[in-house]
Amino acid sequence: MEWETVIGLEVHVSLSTKSKLFSGTASEFGAEPNTQANIFDLAMPGTLPVFNEEALRMAVKFGLAIDAEIGKRSVFDRKNYFYPDLPKGYQVTQLDFPTVGKGSLTINLEDGSERIIGVTRAHIEENAGKSLHEDFHGMSGIDLNRAGEPLLEIVSEPEIRNAKEAVAYLKKLHSIVRYLDISDAIMAQGSMRCDVNVSIRPKGETELGTRTEIKNINSFRFVEKAINSEVQRQQDVIEDGGRVEQETRRYDADRDETFSMRSKEFANDYRYFPEPDLLPVEIDDEYIDTVRASLPELPDARKARFVTDYGLSDYDAGVLTATREMADYFESVAKDSGDAKLTANWVMGDLQALLNKNDWSIGQSPIQADRLAMLIARIKDNTISGKIAKTVFETMIENSSGVDEIIENQGLKQVTDSGAIEKLVDEVIANNPDQVQQFKDGKEQVLGYLVGQAMKLSQGKANPGQVNQLLREKIS
Amino acid sequence: MIEKTAAELASALNNGAISSVELTQVYLDRISAHNEQLNAFITVCEESALKQAQAADEKRANGDNSPLLGVPMAHKDIFCTEGVTTSCGSRMLSNFTAPYNATVVENFNAAGAVMLGKTNMDEFAMGSSNETSFFGPVRNPWDLERVPGGSSGGSAAAIAADLCGMATGTDTGGSIRQPAAFCGITGFKPSYGRVSRWGMIAFASSLDQAGPICKSAEDAALMTNVMAGLDIKDSTSADIAIEDYTAQLGQSLEGIKIGIPKQHFAEGLSAGVEQSIRDALAEYEKLGATLKEIDLPNNHLSVSAYYVVAPAEASANLSRYDGVRYGYRCENPVDLEDMYKRTRSEGFGDEVKRRIMVGTYALSAGFYDAYYRKAQKIRRLIKNDFDEAFKEVDVVIGPTSPHTAFKLGAKTDPVAMYLEDIYTIAVNLAGLPGISIPAGVSDGLPIGMHIVGNDFAESRVLNVAHQFQLATDWHRQKPTLGGAGD
Repeated sequence: MEWETVIGLEVHVSLSTKSKLFSGTASEFGAEPNTQANIFDLAMPGTLPVFNEEALRMAVKFGLAIDAEIGKRSVFDRKNYFYPDLPKGYQVTQLDFPTVGKGSLTINLEDGSERIIGVTRAHIEENAGKSLHEDFHGMSGIDLNRAGEPLLEIVSEPEIRNAKEAVAYLKKLHSIVRYLDISDAIMAQGSMRCDVNVSIRPKGETELGTRTEIKNINSFRFVEKAINSEVQRQQDVIEDGGRVEQETRRYDADRDETFSMRSKEFANDYRYFPEPDLLPVEIDDEYIDTVRASLPELPDARKARFVTDYGLSDYDAGVLTATREMADYFESVAKDSGDAKLTANWVMGDLQALLNKNDWSIGQSPIQADRLAMLIARIKDNTISGKIAKTVFETMIENSSGVDEIIENQGLKQVTDSGAIEKLVDEVIANNPDQVQQFKDGKEQVLGYLVGQAMKLSQGKANPGQVNQLLREKIS
Repeated sequence: MIEKTAAELASALNNGAISSVELTQVYLDRISAHNEQLNAFITVCEESALKQAQAADEKRANGDNSPLLGVPMAHKDIFCTEGVTTSCGSRMLSNFTAPYNATVVENFNAAGAVMLGKTNMDEFAMGSSNETSFFGPVRNPWDLERVPGGSSGGSAAAIAADLCGMATGTDTGGSIRQPAAFCGITGFKPSYGRVSRWGMIAFASSLDQAGPICKSAEDAALMTNVMAGLDIKDSTSADIAIEDYTAQLGQSLEGIKIGIPKQHFAEGLSAGVEQSIRDALAEYEKLGATLKEIDLPNNHLSVSAYYVVAPAEASANLSRYDGVRYGYRCENPVDLEDMYKRTRSEGFGDEVKRRIMVGTYALSAGFYDAYYRKAQKIRRLIKNDFDEAFKEVDVVIGPTSPHTAFKLGAKTDPVAMYLEDIYTIAVNLAGLPGISIPAGVSDGLPIGMHIVGNDFAESRVLNVAHQFQLATDWHRQKPTLGGAGD
């Protein structure tokens, strides 16, 4: 039987507000345990929440970026459950009246195609703390630094059809929140987390199958693998005559399979009700317009502009605008160097390879935008050849000196002196009589070989254009 | 001296008749003489009280004559007081020392009042007789076999027995007004949101309101001046300008319209209470007021709606008492679930557990619409009743409680206890200001009159009460402390 997969994603992003959602405590990643928890965060008796307006502004920003309905009246609710890292015994979230309603975003697939995926809603809620089960001799440690951090939970429609689309959706979300500067969205640090709802059904069927939820997957790659493994599991279950249970599962990356965490019989009744310590949050058109005016250029718009302004291909523009930092880097280099296409080649080629190899983000690149721009400028003004530039680039990784200094110190400056080039060309002609003859007999391609020999002789420093021209003149 | 109102004490301090240190010592002595009998205080802060008194005397010597400077007072043990045990009447918090001050406490400190200690109360303010306190029941100074009412029974008994000059209380369904009635004193619940809830341990967040428990309406006005105001730490505190609540105290009641809810003079009201309230209303007519019977058609739904909304909110508000971070924790828990279960089973008393269970049930999947949502609708109907009434009248007056203080242990049926607040609960559901003042004595026990105003009409309510106290002396009646008085 042919199966169709139905996927919905619930993505939590930590909003990068200066303080927590309902208290004035700062919320930096990586602080000593319990150093970022005040009396409210500890749920001391008598303490009360005060809503951080910055979180609202960020949520509205996100809503506008995905063209969503904005809730003019959002209401906070209490979601009740007991857990030691949930100090109040309830999480404050938005159930019926979220700040962000229906919207959509366009995902870009590897084959260059696009799909629009619906977003059901995005609501503001507070994070829980962290339970630490190791290092406490059979007891658990509680770290409340994270407790009360603002989260935006973004819920997709069940419109995603395979693991690759899920990853493309996550990447687009990642890109948007980073462009908006509302979250670091670093999956490894938990500032972006993903729960995946997966079900399968026979192709052509309109009813949804029973879904399972895979909780807390912490990388794009694992999302893809977890979905593929879960889809396979569900197919196996059904094809063996079994039934998929509605349950929460966890993905074990080492074994590349999902396993059951808790089934429905342990399902919590969260007893939601409106949070009486907070008033509904009401906003008007003016507020929304002010936030709209503050929106930066978003990935899709920037990609379109890169195609028009810089003459890049759709694909290149897509890659270069995937993150705001990459796009900013590219634009800075392109402007300073004056050659967008050459810049695109360098950024997507050597630079990207360097970043991939070291698992660096663009912000961690040892070659900053102004230095790469200078390197490209030196190719353009013929100070060095493209080939020598690669040597300079390698040096720049280790060496923070300026491009010109490196070229000077290592004697890499291109030879453009026609006398010196003539000497090289004469030597090549003398050493390769057969090839010279072949060229004269009309074998045009041989010229490339001869140019290569001359370049080699010059240790790459000769200006290849001049060499080419002079050779042709001499042997034609 | 001890029987004086806070306003009178302030003037005695001002004219040098007594110093705050002397006055504080008088009350401390009186507490040590009578508290064993009354159990009104859970904690007495002798040392810090004398220090505060000393500071107040110094300020006065330097020309400060703030209205309540140096006046000894008590705070209900529901208000967090930095460095002082804040138990909320519960075993759960019997070992809890608050690391911060409630806004109410902070405001009284700033006004120079002297805190003598923390008063007893029903556990987590859940009760109408002060019998649910982990620290034992409070006794009514008018009759030691009787309850003082609740939940602010400790503050009410302390005022009635002259153990302090003024006190704070909180009122979720009648917890200031009913004990004020039972103890023959003045207790005022301002409009919801008028006084900050920051640092006031939550029972039912949408109903809880702090207010004065004191010896006169004038004192209530002076205390409201200190307590009221917007607080950015409480998002539900009202962004409505405060007034000088003493400013209207001199106004005549000529032409004022008083609404008499027929539902408050119906079956269940004891004859003695009814007679006193009717006499009081006749007094108001003498003062120039006109009476008009009004209808509060949904009043009979108020207790049921309240006992859904309040436990629902409480069930969540009390989840934080889990033994993890502070407060009571059971001995030797074997695992997390054991710790939760035993901590909460041992730390909470029966009434608190009952309400947590009721609230949990009311919010459960499948029951939410039938209970919580319906209760919220009733709440709006009740508010509408009052809105209609206030189109025709200026204040609504009736009895605070259907009868006088009952005997300790007399009410064992929880529902009978819940019906104690039948006249007061609707006012919390509607968020209105209400005061209870003494209006008579029946069989040696005081009777409370309930005066309710429209939203944020604190000044009017206080003046209507004050005019009555100018014309009568019910508020000057004193208990005998079961014959043990001095």
